[in-house]
Amino acid sequence: MLPKKIFAVADWQARARSVEVLYFAWVRDRVGTAREHVNPPDTVTTVGELALWLATQSKEHAEAFRDSEVLRAAVNHEHVSFAHPIATGDEVAFFPPMTGG
Amino acid sequence: MIRVQGGDFEPGAEIDQLLDGHTAIGGVASFIGVVRDDPENGPALRAMTLEHYPGMTERMLAAIEQEANQRWDLCASLIVHRYGRMVPGDRIVLVVTAARHRQAALESCQFLIDWLKTKAPFWKREETEDGERWVQAQARDDVAAAKWQVEPSIS
Repeated sequence: MLPKKIFAVADWQARARSVEVLYFAWVRDRVGTAREHVNPPDTVTTVGELALWLATQSKEHAEAFRDSEVLRAAVNHEHVSFAHPIATGDEVAFFPPMTGG
Repeated sequence: MIRVQGGDFEPGAEIDQLLDGHTAIGGVASFIGVVRDDPENGPALRAMTLEHYPGMTERMLAAIEQEANQRWDLCASLIVHRYGRMVPGDRIVLVVTAARHRQAALESCQFLIDWLKTKAPFWKREETEDGERWVQAQARDDVAAAKWQVEPSIS
């Protein structure tokens, strides 16, 4: 799924920051997986930067994050803006606007 | 009280249970969301699957309910939301609010359903005669939710 070579090179960074990423609805359909564990580089400090970095990880990710301005995000089950910081151990979710009720 | 479940609910039984033991309640408001087939606005709907974010759903519904209880003087409240596959006519969501007077019950019931639509992590996928598609969020839902950003006239 994710190119392993990137993480081999940046293994010390991988230990520095690791997050669980969840996808819902058509975002999940496009990415092709419901959840994944990722180790972004230290330069990725916010939800928005994580989205930009994820978009570079595969063709499928790029497609899912192409319309990133319509996407919503949550960190540890709370709605957040893309400026919200991320920390190791966070659960970050990306999804389209909700259509419940 | 909030509940997220796959199965159907019985509105009358839910209301009876919620009100059981209360004697100060003067009014009860309820809203039941139902799966609608709207053939005038697209291909006929066969079924709908509601996906949600387990954990966050419960947390958001509890937060929305708590917000309603801060804004209005309620005696009891209940949100039941289903997930999974449903067909036209099936019940999706139940909101019940009970208060000493009708205005608090009616206003808080509408507040809960408006806020739920834009804050609770649910996504609808429709199965129509033309295939499957994710339902797009409606701008009018955001408008309906936004009006509650202003403090209600009666609290």
